[in-house]
Amino acid sequence: MRVCIVGCGAVGSLFAANLAQLADIEVWAYDSAADHVDAINAGGLRLSGAGDVLGRLRATADPAELPPCDFGIVATKAMHTEAAIAITAHAFGDGAVATVQNGLGNEETIAVHVARVIRGTTFPAGKVLAPGHVQWDVRGDTTLGPFEPQPAPLDEVARLADACTRAGMPTQAVPDARGPQWRKVIFNAATNPVGALTGLTHGRVCERPELRSLVSALVDEGKVVAAGLGVELDADPESLIDHAARRDVAYDHKASMLQDVEARRATEIDYLNGGIVRFGREHGVPTPLNEAIWALVKGVEQSWRQ
Amino acid sequence: MTSVCVAGAGTIGSLFAAFLARVADVSVLTRREDQARALNEHGLRVSGRADFTARVQAAADPAALDAELLIVACKGSDLAALAARLEGCFAGATVMTVQNGLGAEEVVAEHGDWPVLSSVTFMSGTRHSDVHVQYILDTATWIGPYRGTTGDDARRVAELIVSSGLEAEGFDDLRPAQWSKLIFNATVNSVAALTGLPHDHHFAEGALGDLVHRLVNEGKAAAAAAGVELGEDPWEMNVLATKRGHAHRPSMLEDVEARRPTEIELINGSLVREARLRGVPVPLHAALYELVKSKEASYS
Repeated sequence: MRVCIVGCGAVGSLFAANLAQLADIEVWAYDSAADHVDAINAGGLRLSGAGDVLGRLRATADPAELPPCDFGIVATKAMHTEAAIAITAHAFGDGAVATVQNGLGNEETIAVHVARVIRGTTFPAGKVLAPGHVQWDVRGDTTLGPFEPQPAPLDEVARLADACTRAGMPTQAVPDARGPQWRKVIFNAATNPVGALTGLTHGRVCERPELRSLVSALVDEGKVVAAGLGVELDADPESLIDHAARRDVAYDHKASMLQDVEARRATEIDYLNGGIVRFGREHGVPTPLNEAIWALVKGVEQSWRQ
Repeated sequence: MTSVCVAGAGTIGSLFAAFLARVADVSVLTRREDQARALNEHGLRVSGRADFTARVQAAADPAALDAELLIVACKGSDLAALAARLEGCFAGATVMTVQNGLGAEEVVAEHGDWPVLSSVTFMSGTRHSDVHVQYILDTATWIGPYRGTTGDDARRVAELIVSSGLEAEGFDDLRPAQWSKLIFNATVNSVAALTGLPHDHHFAEGALGDLVHRLVNEGKAAAAAAGVELGEDPWEMNVLATKRGHAHRPSMLEDVEARRPTEIELINGSLVREARLRGVPVPLHAALYELVKSKEASYS
């Protein structure tokens, strides 16, 4: 089986290096960062932290080099989905492509270029330390399922899930993968921008009663939209928020969006709160707070272009 | 009215002190001794729309000063401390507040039985040093009665200010103007502080313009519930201000960038409290109020 990781940043690298441990899988990685690609080809892709892994795989910054693949796993930031899948889609003419990205709308974008699409959500996280070297911060589960309008059949989804699980990335194939996706989106949309706008770590956000209620109000809007779509959440995002606030979990964690804002990098706000607002509009569900937060973070991004 | 004391020599206080010194005896109450010394030594220079240096008498001790009119011009975040220092001083003076938001008059009135005037000011400037202020926008200060004063008292103070070269107008009821400015300020200041944007075209169009519009509408509902018929329309004030050519940097944006305490309590806090008191839901203002307070909390 041949798998290509599209976007070999932190999360993509976790999949790439682990899958490369399996004898029956040939792993490719497409990434636009030439130094990262060169380092992977020269010395392998190294993970350290929650697991120490060295993956031998073939990386390229030139999509023309990609051979036909059975599976793609798209792991770019959400705003790069369109560009990344447009130039790699030729490798998946006979394959299925999964997304393990944040936010809403990635499946729809991939489906424009690829026939069979797999909806996915992943909780492991890490960060790129240096070209060819990624820190694995958190282990966690991944859920994959057919993307309803343009599905990969469930047994095909199960083959990819099985490979990931055998590689040390526990993954479930389910008929409806929207529950975990919406749980994670609602969690991210309620916490990430609040951290980004205030500069507070997750634990400190949760310690301020008024701010914690704003987070809950954002969660509640997301839940109503999910319900309007007929999505059954697999668990309450609120418990994820409280769990993460514990001193021994992520009290001191700066939300990735806060890190983005501090580094003046484009954020994923369009796919988090923006996604909730768009789906809300389509289903006649008002989401005034998510809309406000979306506009404020877009304003932050606009302020860098002054 | 021949003697005026200005308490608080920030941008607005410095402008009042320097201009009024041309038509009255002006003293300045400062927070710092060294600032009082600098003013006594160098006077107060105005540049921009005017160019002159005024002689003023300055002191950091309120007991050393007296006046018929006391203009309390410090920032809202310094008001409680300043008002406490005024207790027992300035017997016989009329006190005028110029702080943003609502409630400055009450804070001051708790510390003495002076007659009190309210005002809102739309003039703006930049303070370059303790002894140099640049006069930028020559928009008016509006004055009205608060306690033990009348519209005529307000108009007399306005006349004095106008004779000094600044713009001012007295009213029988200040609340329409005060609420228009409150809604405008609460909206524009908090959005600027959270986004980092100066008050430019983003506030009048697109998604951010929609947010600004909704915030203004929440404020209008609160004003209506408080029985206030607004003066200028805060949305139109916003649109007009974004078309001035140069984008103004609201003070709350400058405060968060310098990691200083903001005027969030007096401005957004008073709007949210007034609305809640009257059972008017203001979820967006409540959210922005808490976000800015949380941003302040992130400094430590």
